[in-house]
Amino acid sequence: MSNQLDTLEAPLGVTAERQAVISAQGAAPDKDWVIVTRGIKREYDMGGEVVRALRGVDVAIQRNEYVAIMGPSGSGKSTFMNVIGCLDTPNAGEYWLNGLQVSKMSDDALARVRNKEIGFVFQTFNLLPRATALHNVELPLVYAGVGAEERKRRAKEALERVQLGARMDHRPNELSGGQRQRVAIARALVNNPSILLADEPTGNLDSTTSEEIMRVFENLADQGQTVIMVTHEPDIAAHARRIVVLRDGLVSSDDRRSSFIEKLGIPAPVL
Amino acid sequence: MSGIPRPPYCSAKVHVPFLEAVRLALQTIWVQKLKSFFTLLGVMIGVTFLIAVVSIVGGMNRYMSDELVGKIMAINSFELRQRPSINIGDNSDEHRRELRRRPPIKEEDVPAVAAILPADVRWAAVGLGSLPAESRYQLKPKSVRVFTVTNDYFDIKRMSPVKGRLFSQQEYTHGGNSIVIGQDVATYYFAGLEPIGRELIVKGLPYVVVGVMEPQGSAFGQSFDQFIIAPHTSPLNRLVNLHGVINTMIIQSPSATGMTATMENVREVMRIRRHLRPNQKDNFELQTSESALAFWTKIKGYLVMAGVALPAIGLIVGAIVIMNIMLVAVAERTREIGIRKALGAKRRDIMSQFLVESATLSTVGAALGVATGFAFAKLIAALSPLPAAVELWSVVVGISIGAGVGIIAGVYPASRASRLDPIDALRQE
Repeated sequence: MSNQLDTLEAPLGVTAERQAVISAQGAAPDKDWVIVTRGIKREYDMGGEVVRALRGVDVAIQRNEYVAIMGPSGSGKSTFMNVIGCLDTPNAGEYWLNGLQVSKMSDDALARVRNKEIGFVFQTFNLLPRATALHNVELPLVYAGVGAEERKRRAKEALERVQLGARMDHRPNELSGGQRQRVAIARALVNNPSILLADEPTGNLDSTTSEEIMRVFENLADQGQTVIMVTHEPDIAAHARRIVVLRDGLVSSDDRRSSFIEKLGIPAPVL
Repeated sequence: MSGIPRPPYCSAKVHVPFLEAVRLALQTIWVQKLKSFFTLLGVMIGVTFLIAVVSIVGGMNRYMSDELVGKIMAINSFELRQRPSINIGDNSDEHRRELRRRPPIKEEDVPAVAAILPADVRWAAVGLGSLPAESRYQLKPKSVRVFTVTNDYFDIKRMSPVKGRLFSQQEYTHGGNSIVIGQDVATYYFAGLEPIGRELIVKGLPYVVVGVMEPQGSAFGQSFDQFIIAPHTSPLNRLVNLHGVINTMIIQSPSATGMTATMENVREVMRIRRHLRPNQKDNFELQTSESALAFWTKIKGYLVMAGVALPAIGLIVGAIVIMNIMLVAVAERTREIGIRKALGAKRRDIMSQFLVESATLSTVGAALGVATGFAFAKLIAALSPLPAAVELWSVVVGISIGAGVGIIAGVYPASRASRLDPIDALRQE
């Protein structure tokens, strides 16, 4: 844990956060904490050479937070995102998601967690090319076992939330990049996940469209959605209200808004 | 967060998107028609053969028992003969020589056999041969089958005249020159005329037609209406059989069970008359409709073997092709699998998606195979005297086998897909 957490900027959060992270092993964190990781380690065996991608990451994220995870390539941020997104399991440490310890779950249990608790937004959108926007958005509900009618209703609702109600019968190749990413956001939100997990969500978009997508995220955050965003672009990260920086598999800084951004010399966006 | 209540965290039973997978598979087939056609060719050919062979065997079967043997053999009857009238099974020289060495059935055998028959059993002695015949109206002589029969023959065979009459008791006892004729004989020799009372010259001697029998039909293009029947005491008998020899003694029981018992008694009497020792085989034939069908049963065996082997080859080839196509599909759609997994698809969701897809593929192939098999059977029925009937069970079996092949062929690709790591799968371009 970095010393920066003890600065005056956010004393209450820090104390509570620290408490969430350092409480006894195996003890469930307080309900307010949607994500708590304790000493997460992830190592890969790359042809005899062990790559230590995560070397003990402690992070606690409260419900309704809007967090950006940053770091240079090789810092472990992708691995960390995979762990948070329940696509990967750590070698050591505990990961509590919404009060559930997911670090020791089986593949199928993780699939269920991904379905119910996590909404993914990817850099490359990852929509099914042969399916319409509506059908793409329905997909998580299909795996959740929601009936066809209910599924359609909720998918429409989600698409309307991202102002795409009029284009729901279009296939991804008939949509612009920004529209595709909004379909992906609708898909991520449709099952009411605990966290919205975005991986370089603007990486494939021009700057105007990027701003448009960032506004969608901001709106969602304002409505109380927990958003976690992995990015290496400081001006995108600047939209978040908290920035966690990873370096060499460890948390190198964890700031609530301003200080980090000031250090980078970028003005804080007007929220 | 919106106000929609979150579903309970662990809803145990997850609905498998079955229809979606079927739809996707049909869509794939439709988009790539030619490729799909080649993919499905193996299964299609397999099922085509299955349907065609089953229809032909089924049709033949019905034909054999109803048309052919049913016409040759009367119901619940057996025939005492020197050798079988239908013998296609064992055609070795040795067997033929053995049949020819057998002593013929003699006229004096008839009363001896008749003596042990129960009162309700009917019998008839039959002489049989082919003789040239002509008439005043048809000068070109032709060979006809001539039967010389005793009293009960027409009852046993359930034959009745459409014109004229059968023989009187007088004619049965003292012979004479009365004959009854079949439809073909009537039309050939007395075209456009009333045959009753007219003369038919058989081997130079005139006979009077007293009756025309109802049509008997045909089998394998062979008409059963080309006959002359005369009383056993008729002079014709001497022309068709050697002196004192008869061709057949037909014996008919009122029931099937009675027939078996009667047959054993007749066997006993004949063996005694021929002084056969217990270790010697019968040197006469007791032919039943089953024994007449034995040759067909044998042919059917080979046909059924072909009917299993050919579809099996087609289906194995089909399964291998489908497995390959599914492996390609899994490779092509790795990213899609990754997306689905990220969105919460479990192993068995992915597994069932690909299984349903490959089962749908091969079921479509099987359905096409049913159609072509049906057409094939109809074509054979139209071009040959062989009848063909498509049986419902073979359609059901064909389609189920098709689905089964798809599922079996899909297991390996589907389980490969289901075990993909979502991170690797998503990373794939």
